[in-house]
Amino acid sequence: MIHSLFLINSSGDIFLEKHWKSVVSRSVCDYFFEAQERATEAENVPPVIPTPHHYLLSVYRHKIFFVAVIQTEVPPLFVIEFLHRVVDTFQDYFGVCSEPVIKDNVVVVYEVLEEMLDNGFPLATESNILKELIKPPTILRTVVNTITGSTNVGDQLPTGQLSVVPWRRTGVKYTNNEAYFDVIEEIDAIIDKSGSTITAEIQGVIDACVKLTGMPDLTLSFMNPRLLDDVSFHPCVRFKRWESERILSFIPPDGNFRLLSYHVSAQNLVAIPVYVKHNISFRDSSSLGRFEITVGPKQTMGKTIEGVTVTSQLPRGVLNMSLVPSQGAHTFDPVTKMLSWDVGKINPQKLPSLKGTMSLQAGASKPDENPTINLQFKIQQLAISGLKVNRLDMYGEKYKPFKGIKYMTKAGKFQVRT
Amino acid sequence: MSSNSFAYNEQSGGGEATELGQEATSTISPSGAFGLFSSDMKKNEDLKQMLESNKDSAKLDAMKRIVGMIAKGKNASELFPAVVKNVASKNIEIKKLVYVYLVRYAEEQQDLALLSISTFQRALKDPNQLIRASALRVLSSIRVPIIVPIMMLAIKEASADLSPYVRKNAAHAIQKLYSLDPEQKEMLIEIIEKLLKDKSTLVAGSVVMAFEEVCPDRIDLIHKNYRKLCNLLVDVEEWGQVVIIHMLTRYARTQFVSPWKEGDGLEDNEKDFYDSDEEQKEKADKRKRPYTMDPDHRLLIRNTKPLLQSRNAAVVMAVAQLYWHIAPKSEAGIISKSLVRLLRSNREVQYIVLQNIATMSIQRKGMFEPYLKSFYVRSTDPTMIKILKLEILTNLANEANISTLLREFQTYVKSQDKQFAAATIQTIGRCATSITEVSDTCLNGLVCLLSNRDEIVVAESVVVIKKLLQMQPIQHGEIIKHMAKLLDSITVPVARASILWLIGENCERVPKIAPDVLRKTAKSFTSEDDLVKLQILNLGAKLYLTNSKQTKLLTQYILNLGKYDQNYDIRDRTRFIRQLIVPNEKSGALSKYAKKIFLAQKPAPLLESPFKDRDHFQLGTLSHTLNTKATGYLELSNWPEVAPDPSVRNVEVIELAKEWTPAGKAKKENPDEKFYSESEEEEDSSESSSDSESASGSESGEDEEEDHSGDSGEDSGESGSESEAGKGRAAKHAKARGKGDSKDVDKEKENSKSSESSSGESSSIEESSSDSESESESESESESRTITKAKEKKTKQDRNPLTKDVSLLDLDDFNPVSSPVVLPTPALSPSLIADLEGLNLSATSSVISVSTPVFVPGKTHVLLHRMSGKGLAAHYFFPRQPCIFGDKMVSVQITLNNTTDQKIENIHVGGKKLPMGMQMHVFNPIESLEPAGSITVSVGIDFCDSTQTASFQLCTKDDCFSVNIQPPVGELLLPVAMSEKDFKKEQGQCPEDLL
Repeated sequence: MIHSLFLINSSGDIFLEKHWKSVVSRSVCDYFFEAQERATEAENVPPVIPTPHHYLLSVYRHKIFFVAVIQTEVPPLFVIEFLHRVVDTFQDYFGVCSEPVIKDNVVVVYEVLEEMLDNGFPLATESNILKELIKPPTILRTVVNTITGSTNVGDQLPTGQLSVVPWRRTGVKYTNNEAYFDVIEEIDAIIDKSGSTITAEIQGVIDACVKLTGMPDLTLSFMNPRLLDDVSFHPCVRFKRWESERILSFIPPDGNFRLLSYHVSAQNLVAIPVYVKHNISFRDSSSLGRFEITVGPKQTMGKTIEGVTVTSQLPRGVLNMSLVPSQGAHTFDPVTKMLSWDVGKINPQKLPSLKGTMSLQAGASKPDENPTINLQFKIQQLAISGLKVNRLDMYGEKYKPFKGIKYMTKAGKFQVRT
Repeated sequence: MSSNSFAYNEQSGGGEATELGQEATSTISPSGAFGLFSSDMKKNEDLKQMLESNKDSAKLDAMKRIVGMIAKGKNASELFPAVVKNVASKNIEIKKLVYVYLVRYAEEQQDLALLSISTFQRALKDPNQLIRASALRVLSSIRVPIIVPIMMLAIKEASADLSPYVRKNAAHAIQKLYSLDPEQKEMLIEIIEKLLKDKSTLVAGSVVMAFEEVCPDRIDLIHKNYRKLCNLLVDVEEWGQVVIIHMLTRYARTQFVSPWKEGDGLEDNEKDFYDSDEEQKEKADKRKRPYTMDPDHRLLIRNTKPLLQSRNAAVVMAVAQLYWHIAPKSEAGIISKSLVRLLRSNREVQYIVLQNIATMSIQRKGMFEPYLKSFYVRSTDPTMIKILKLEILTNLANEANISTLLREFQTYVKSQDKQFAAATIQTIGRCATSITEVSDTCLNGLVCLLSNRDEIVVAESVVVIKKLLQMQPIQHGEIIKHMAKLLDSITVPVARASILWLIGENCERVPKIAPDVLRKTAKSFTSEDDLVKLQILNLGAKLYLTNSKQTKLLTQYILNLGKYDQNYDIRDRTRFIRQLIVPNEKSGALSKYAKKIFLAQKPAPLLESPFKDRDHFQLGTLSHTLNTKATGYLELSNWPEVAPDPSVRNVEVIELAKEWTPAGKAKKENPDEKFYSESEEEEDSSESSSDSESASGSESGEDEEEDHSGDSGEDSGESGSESEAGKGRAAKHAKARGKGDSKDVDKEKENSKSSESSSGESSSIEESSSDSESESESESESESRTITKAKEKKTKQDRNPLTKDVSLLDLDDFNPVSSPVVLPTPALSPSLIADLEGLNLSATSSVISVSTPVFVPGKTHVLLHRMSGKGLAAHYFFPRQPCIFGDKMVSVQITLNNTTDQKIENIHVGGKKLPMGMQMHVFNPIESLEPAGSITVSVGIDFCDSTQTASFQLCTKDDCFSVNIQPPVGELLLPVAMSEKDFKKEQGQCPEDLL
């Protein structure tokens, strides 16, 4: 399957290579560089590149290309999904996944990669198992290791590897037993010029942080499970219970994990919590354009909208902008033509606005299209779909855990066409 | 090179932090190749010393730095002797790093690598399974041909190891040995055969992977393990699932007969309702030939379904392709929702999934039509994603949604991403050709784009317009003239060439302009692009033939220029044209026909999807993504005409039962916990004793038993447990089942009541639906509804034997995953559903999922008779498609015919007389309808869930005719899929009069 892995940074240097079969010369990456050059933008580099003897499958994350070399037919998603899993693991181990961090921890990275693949076939990808095999570096452990000469490689076979719950290690102990669940919903929407919704969807996830002793068996039920139209589960969730009773029943992994992602059925109308009033105009004759946007709350169920940021990619013809925000700070990058405005909280009494003028290239004709406005926002303590967790029960252990549920709504891909 | 050395400098700088500052002196200014080399030398000396010291910490430091070097791609091979000595180190981290080093360099230093072998051989006998496994891993990763026999022996032993983890590693080692020495194939196949029988979920994925690599053609090895693999699938780790599903897809295509209906070929399923009644009857006859799905086939389809909910995109895609390739067409619909979900994922995942959806959407539009809006493009999408989405939108375009789509395209055309804008123009062209209703609108829109400021947009429009005009041999003189004018400003070669070709082709329609264009281009000939030059030559030749008086000299001039052109293609073409059109003594018989040759009717180009021919690749494969056959691609075979003997899979059932018996005992007490199947009570045992060793101990006890009987000969073993299971089987499972599962017994009873049920026969969904189809044809609407109801019940009863069959073959441990079967249940329209939703809040209630109509009646109703309509006739019918104008509306298609001998102009909907609350979305006015012409338009009417009549006026330029549409109650319903249980429940809550 996967022959080799190359890590390439944004300036085109290969800074790490790992081979699982015979060594593949790093010159194979030249084909990748060619494709990269052709694509101009990193986003547009095709994920699958054929070369005469190999195929290069790549993912781009954290400004690093993870390029896998394969030789024979394999489902491309298999490789892509695995590469993403590698990135997730690094992030889990080191907090961030960036070039300097990987270089600093090259030995751990190598050990982890060695465990993740055997002969190119995934071996251990569950982060719980990996962490037992190779302990993530912490400052304390580094100090202890240098003093005692102990290592960060576990010498026991992780119990999870053999058990029927490979995602959970045995012998977990906590003094404070707690289970937190975050219900996070994202609104994807396209709003057209006149403010009417072209498409709107709600996608949600339930992220959990479970720190419970022993082998707890949890069930989580909803007040309105019908809302969930399409779901995908962490492997720990018992599918049959869901099918028959619409209850999430599972033995949780230890630590942070994503329990569930869901899609709210399309038949329900999506409440759009914000509106954007805009007046962006270019005039043919003059070299000045007008720019004016106002953001306001719409259907917020009485909650405040926070963390609002507005970004917009302006047409190439715009040279500079002179704008005055009523609140927050804004920046305009004259090279990338990217305008971003960090609004913060929306106060319904005093709506935030950004007004001013754009200076356009003299003599150039006016752009065809007004820029699209991308919106980010957060609403605490609200799941916009109305999803409510009914109760969480624990079986299999005697102690009383501390339980907590948090709701949040965020903007996903929220675009306003102007 | 220079960039490489630069990279090195930078990296060594970055790595220094980990090197504890010891290297500060040796890495000063390694400028140039020599400096770099010498510093390397020094460094390595130093490392050697550290490796030879007797302190573990120094060794570990050295190894860490060496691994760092390997990671950067630097050569550390000369340290081999020093490193290999540490292979027996007590420190586990040093050992691991030495392994990493060995695997990397053993191939280059074969003789020295042999020194380490004895260590591994010893480790293979270690009591710790982790050490055994890792020894096998490293031993098999050392690519040294001399040790092949040792590896072989080690794999053989490991494949019989008590620890499933070691056996898993053995399965991995098989592939490594095979790639090292393919001549060992036969021996390896034996081991694979043995490991395939392994019942551990840990081993299953790895051994199937080995099977795929070593002997994918030995499908016979799968037979006996087929059912086991299907049943284990849910509990196998996700990567193994992908591999197993792909393998089973191939298996199913060789072992089962096609579940697809006759005549339901890939293309014509859309056309069905246009066919005449007779044809339909014929088809129905054909379909009546009973198709029985092999229970094993059903087992696979059923057991993979829960995996659509996996978090792993590769698993979801694998299940999707399995459904696409082997499930009955009516059931494949469920995959679309999951695939659309994947579109929320990373761009790479999106890219692959969109490609696969593009291929699917060509063949079965209906599957993705409800998700049309999910494919709308966002300005932040990367270009490649945008273009794929556009492709899918084009494939999904039809009469009903085209107006919405065109509006959406209008936004895209203006996009700042010009490549995407150009692709949109191509798309509009394709829509114009595939949907004739909008071709004029599209053409007008494209002509408007000609005045766009962006050259790429204009050029693309020109090319598309050219193709469109070629398809419609109607006069478009104006557009051609307009385009001729563009020739002065536009510079993109393809566009210029297209304009010239158009003018040449229509030179007789624009007699004044054509010679003038030739004159202009003759002037600029030398500076034109090759593509344009060829078209200038063409234009010259065509004009010479039609209008030689005006253009003779010009053409001759161009031909002379072409004769001395640098490009040989152009010289060639010039010579050829000269001989053909200019009469001289040498010219052959052909020149007489020159005009016919040049001005022949050319067939219009077909604007086709680039994904049109991808369907011959298995979906979800690399080959499909690349649209070329990748190395090692295994062709998906066609369905066999007659199914191979299904009993080959039976043999092992007894064997399987034996294997399962020990695990099954505890199981029967708690039949409710099914999801984890075997695992469940292993889990129980590990719960009761937290010591992991004891858990694995008890498991290995089972293994021993199994291995023991396996060794003593598979068929000789009428061992105690086996015969016991055999008995259980002979007793028709009633006893075994009765212990735990009363439900199944009920089923059995119900089953025996049903007259049709015999174990071999189970009617398929297709059959029953085609039955109701033929019946409802003849009955009146309301009657046919009751019949459908009755049918439905029957279908359900029919289905019971089916599930029953499967469960017969199942073991008690594996209760069938109760999948709600997609069923053509007529249900209530959306608004009613919403009401019901409010009523029913209990946790056990089901989700109503709208499905595509299984059957659409071809019956049309008269809206306006031609006699009363003064020659204008109108018929309507209900396409049973979701209405695009609004959720609550019912879509109605109206076909208008002109039976007069003159044009009918301006057909539109006049005044509407609608009852309270009703709404209607009318069609756009039709400018004119040619004599004997016919046109189909669609309207949407919200009947407010009642059978009230919608009256409105159908107007032409001169007259107005009052017409009305009254919907049969059946057309107000929405097809949804729900399980039988849910249906009964909903039925119970429904007011009587609605049923």
